[in-house]
Amino acid sequence: FYLTPPQVNSILKANEYSFKVPEFDGKNVSSVLGFDSNQLPANAPIEDRRSAATCLQTRGMLLGVFDGHAGCACAQAVSERLFYYIAVSLLPHETLLEIENAVESGRALLPILQWHKHPNDYFSKEASKLYFNSLRTYWQELIDLNSGETTDVKEALINAFKRLDNDISLEAQVGDPNSFLNYLVLRVAFSGATACVAHVDGADLHVANTGDSRAMLGVQEEDGSWSAVNLSYDHNAQNEREVERVKLEHPKSEAKSLVKQDRLLGLLMPFRAFGDVKFKWSIELQKRVVESGPDQLNDNEYTKFIPPNYHTPPYLTAEPEVIHHKLRPQDKFLVLATDGLWETMHRQDVARIVGEYLTGVHHQQPIAVGGYKVTLGQMHGLLTERRAKISSVFEDQNAATHLIRHAVGNNEFGTVDHERLSKMLSLPEELARMYRDDITIIVVQFNSHVIGAYQNGE
Amino acid sequence: AAGMFLRLLADVRWRGADPKWRSVACCRSASGTAESQPVPLPAQAQVVICGGGIAGTSVAYHLAKLGWKDVVLLEQGRLAAGTTRFCAGIVSTARPVSIELKMADYSNKLYEQLEQETGVQTGYVKTGSVSLAQTQDRLISLKRIASSLNVSGIPCEIISPKQVAELHPLINIHDLVGAMYVPEDALVLSANVSLALATAASRNGVQIHERTSVSHVSVQKGRVTGVETDRGHIKCQYFVNCAGQWAYELGHSGEEPVNIPLHACEHFYLLTHPLKEPLASNVPTVVDPDGRIYIRNWQGGILSGGFEKNPKPLFTEGRNQLEIHNLQEDWDHFEPLLSALLRRMPNVEALQIMQLVNCPESFTPDMRCIMGESPTVRGYFVLAGMNSAGISYGGGAGKYLAEWMVHGYPSDNVWPLDVKRFGALQSSRTFLRHRVMEVMPLMCDLKVPRWDFQTGRQLRTSPLYDRLDAQGARWMEKHGFERVKYFVPPGKDLLDLDQSKTFYKPDWFDIVGSEVKCCKEAVCVIDMSSFTKFEISSTGDQALQSLQYLFSNDLDVPVGHVVHTGMLNENGGYENDCSIARLSKRSFFMISPTDQQVHCWTWLKNRLPEDSNLTLEDVTWKYTALNLIGPRAVDVLSELSYVPMTPEHFPSFFCKEMSVGYANGIRVMSITHTGEPGFMLYIPIEYALHVYNEVMNMGQKYGIRNAGYYALRSLRIEKFFAFWGQDLDAFTTPMECGREFQVKLEKGTEFVGREALLEQKQNGVYKRFTMFILEDHDTDMDLWPWWGEPIFRNGRYVGKTTSSAYSYTLERHVCLGFVQHLDEKTGEELVVTTDFINQGEYEIDIAGQRFQAKAKLYPFSSLFTQRRRKDEVELSGYQRE
Repeated sequence: FYLTPPQVNSILKANEYSFKVPEFDGKNVSSVLGFDSNQLPANAPIEDRRSAATCLQTRGMLLGVFDGHAGCACAQAVSERLFYYIAVSLLPHETLLEIENAVESGRALLPILQWHKHPNDYFSKEASKLYFNSLRTYWQELIDLNSGETTDVKEALINAFKRLDNDISLEAQVGDPNSFLNYLVLRVAFSGATACVAHVDGADLHVANTGDSRAMLGVQEEDGSWSAVNLSYDHNAQNEREVERVKLEHPKSEAKSLVKQDRLLGLLMPFRAFGDVKFKWSIELQKRVVESGPDQLNDNEYTKFIPPNYHTPPYLTAEPEVIHHKLRPQDKFLVLATDGLWETMHRQDVARIVGEYLTGVHHQQPIAVGGYKVTLGQMHGLLTERRAKISSVFEDQNAATHLIRHAVGNNEFGTVDHERLSKMLSLPEELARMYRDDITIIVVQFNSHVIGAYQNGE
Repeated sequence: AAGMFLRLLADVRWRGADPKWRSVACCRSASGTAESQPVPLPAQAQVVICGGGIAGTSVAYHLAKLGWKDVVLLEQGRLAAGTTRFCAGIVSTARPVSIELKMADYSNKLYEQLEQETGVQTGYVKTGSVSLAQTQDRLISLKRIASSLNVSGIPCEIISPKQVAELHPLINIHDLVGAMYVPEDALVLSANVSLALATAASRNGVQIHERTSVSHVSVQKGRVTGVETDRGHIKCQYFVNCAGQWAYELGHSGEEPVNIPLHACEHFYLLTHPLKEPLASNVPTVVDPDGRIYIRNWQGGILSGGFEKNPKPLFTEGRNQLEIHNLQEDWDHFEPLLSALLRRMPNVEALQIMQLVNCPESFTPDMRCIMGESPTVRGYFVLAGMNSAGISYGGGAGKYLAEWMVHGYPSDNVWPLDVKRFGALQSSRTFLRHRVMEVMPLMCDLKVPRWDFQTGRQLRTSPLYDRLDAQGARWMEKHGFERVKYFVPPGKDLLDLDQSKTFYKPDWFDIVGSEVKCCKEAVCVIDMSSFTKFEISSTGDQALQSLQYLFSNDLDVPVGHVVHTGMLNENGGYENDCSIARLSKRSFFMISPTDQQVHCWTWLKNRLPEDSNLTLEDVTWKYTALNLIGPRAVDVLSELSYVPMTPEHFPSFFCKEMSVGYANGIRVMSITHTGEPGFMLYIPIEYALHVYNEVMNMGQKYGIRNAGYYALRSLRIEKFFAFWGQDLDAFTTPMECGREFQVKLEKGTEFVGREALLEQKQNGVYKRFTMFILEDHDTDMDLWPWWGEPIFRNGRYVGKTTSSAYSYTLERHVCLGFVQHLDEKTGEELVVTTDFINQGEYEIDIAGQRFQAKAKLYPFSSLFTQRRRKDEVELSGYQRE
């Protein structure tokens, strides 16, 4: 069984999406030129999610990847909801008031986010009302709190993450009279998701990370070469600080059982996550909710199962670590990706492959006529050839697709091997997960021109 | 101009230069060689011109001609060494804007005799030009230009593809639908033209100093006092910035910034070796706008360049960012243009390339050049931003600017080019960079009626912008302000509407029709916040006295009255057309057209007496303006204010501060700028949303809806209301457009323009604003009029239209325009009488096709007056947009 190159391409490109920030929108000069994103499923259905949106009431753009586990419900919910929580956390008091008043009097709401979605990125229609009510409660509390202080992005990100996780937990405890929704909120709470979210506003880049997805900055050195700078820390057993943190949060007696086989309580790979109430709720609460829940929940062995050595919950948090980075003109792009990518590729290779892809066109030597005798026809032929070459070398129109092609198809020499690519992509569903994980990638390209101007402006 | 040196081209170009000039110049300015000692700069001069390109030398030439000889021209490098040397040297008169056409025509005639006058070889060859059309729409746009050229006395014809092939041996005509041939267009050696102008100026006493760069201009009390150069200071009264692509920077280098909004883009053209059988020297220049290229004969080979879709702006950060000699050939960038060239002339494939020239050109935000006196510094003049037509415009533009400086105003209406059409709002580098990236491709793009810029938008907006946008508003821009064209009703196919780019009936026809209907039968709201608003007040009666002098109507009216009046120049021409409300004994509220913000401000500032007790304030940003048009506006407003608003209580041309809804301090005026009943509401911006919401809620039962400027336009034109900037300009007087009633010659005080108007009253006028109703025009099938269409009376050309619209009431197209009476034999201007207007058979020429039209000097008052008194109709006979 062998896939032809067009078949390979159609698989790789099925989920690709590009957004160019309109250079001419005249409203804002954005430090973001645009982004490319893509995902390649290994699970069926895929458990990764991605989101991208522009904040309309504040400045900045939000981008995130979400890696779900134990189902996709939690990742789906987080991908729909998290940016609203962040946006609301960033809103000034007056805007919150205006929005609340609009809702109160039934007027049209100010749009908060402009989403940039692939047609396959769906939003759950059924839950929108429920989600909206939770969000509204949140902003009402923000209005009541009115600290009067300007919103700090870092704080806003942390608050939004925590609040959403809290709401997910509460919704599952309260339940919903509608049985479909009731089952949905429980599935969301009992599954889990990691999140890696970037907020870009001018030269300020914040990355909030919960779990083991990763953000990486591609930097072009003066000699034109590429290097990578990590903008997040993985929350897993490989991160000693993280192991230390978990141990400090629980009695010494549990030290041995906390992390086993590089997993939290011997079960969970990420050490921070949304949902996963099995690692957060007390045993009594879990039992109560499962028993009063719908039959599907009761029939599910996984939900009924209580982790071993479960003494002092919560063991898990959704609180992110936030890194702030001041963008410089040499910072050309940001890669956000789920662990599916980082398992197969070193960050240095990622920086090089994306960097060369993004600048590739310019790397051809310019033509100069000089003293040679060249006719118009010859020149035309030469130029047409050059253009054709560019388009064939860069058959991918999307940096994320290009990266996935390398991640899946790279041979030992670091070049794409079509045969390998074809094999990996034609694996039957049940086998695919053994060879690779879901991969979700967002590549954000920065406008060095604008960033340079910010730098000079300071 | 800049100092850039592409040796190869330079040598070739300079070969033709007359050595005699050098000796002339040498003895006057010692500019010949770098080694020779430069002549010291004079300590003072009347005028200092910065820039020795086509613009600077043309200004110097014309100033000297007009008798100003105490002029110094400074050039940082060598004369004609910048864009002027590298440009393609094409003199083309085919220009859509009338004033540009006149400038190009003058330039052509000037250059033709320049060699004889100066002895400098200018390389002038009358080759003619052929503009090709690959599509029917393009042909229409060429036909429109052809009509306009023909009536301006420039020979021009529309020809078939076959005739194109006869004119040029190399053209592939298979994809053409037609072309326009202008036989008198020419080619010149652009640098030599500039040198010839310099030579003539120099003979007339102008001092020229090369290798002298201006660092900044000294200003005291808002006036130019001198120029600081790298070789010392020169005291002067006038400074002229002709620094080409450096004009923006030079303008911003002084303490008092002078804003000259332009930005450079790279521009490429290629040169080839001669053909085996060299092209004849008189083979016409080819312009292929659909292929984005031009091709001219160059020493037996060809020169071909173009305006690509993806231009490369440069020098955004200023000149030092990139040395000019780094500007390299970029063949990959030129590839689409090369393809277009080979498609147009397949046989040149075997021609050998000589060079790809990269010659930066400066572009402006509206594709028109920039001239005139700075609004911020008196005595600071500008001529720059030629949008790659420096040679075509240079001669004429220099003449107009010289007249402006010497006489106080040029001999023709140059408002479309006046630097005061821009304000500080167009000075952002980011804006300029983005806008010129749109402008450069637009040089070739097909421009259909009511096209709009897409970049640099949403800069100034009304507080209701989002609200209106959410209701389907479609926007256009004026002076940076977003204004609604019309509202797309829910359910309409939006994509379809955005593609309403046509010379025929546009897609919005029915939409605007229903808005007009609502204005006529119920009530509509139009957000007109973009209007320029000034307040003039004083402690005593200084405000009244000053205004009485500056405006032609009588402003000594009871408090609460609104007066419509022209702000005239000495010749009685409209510098501005505005309405002024008397708020109190000592304060006035003045409403002017949107693009008057800078011009009117400067005009008043320069003429109001220096008096700390007299204040002029620009309050444009403080008020949102809503126009409530329609018979039910009365009901809406009285219900909202609990005040009777009927004409008995609130007569027309009345102004009162009142509350609307909860909001207080709303200035309500009983005018609508359309002749329809209704009110203008000037609302302090923080109340704008509230008042809008209240009006819309209350209006619901009266069938209120939003409307846009297209509806307003249709309403005002069918009512024969003239609009400043389109119908009216500095060369039209109230007498010529039937507005004698707005002039109070005997108001007891002298006022600007009174003498001229008195004379016109006695002797009659030489042109007359007239309304034309198209008779045999099929709205669905025929081309629509726009503006600039020639008017024919008994088969003879008598003038051009200035605006037009479809009247939904008359179900006919209405065109407005001026009619002249030219003597059949001598061409002398004669007095235009009412009889002359009424006794003619008229035709309007739309892209070469003539339509019968009925001329009228008065609107169809009977048709519109259901509830209005006769005098009101007459009183309201004015409008602006």
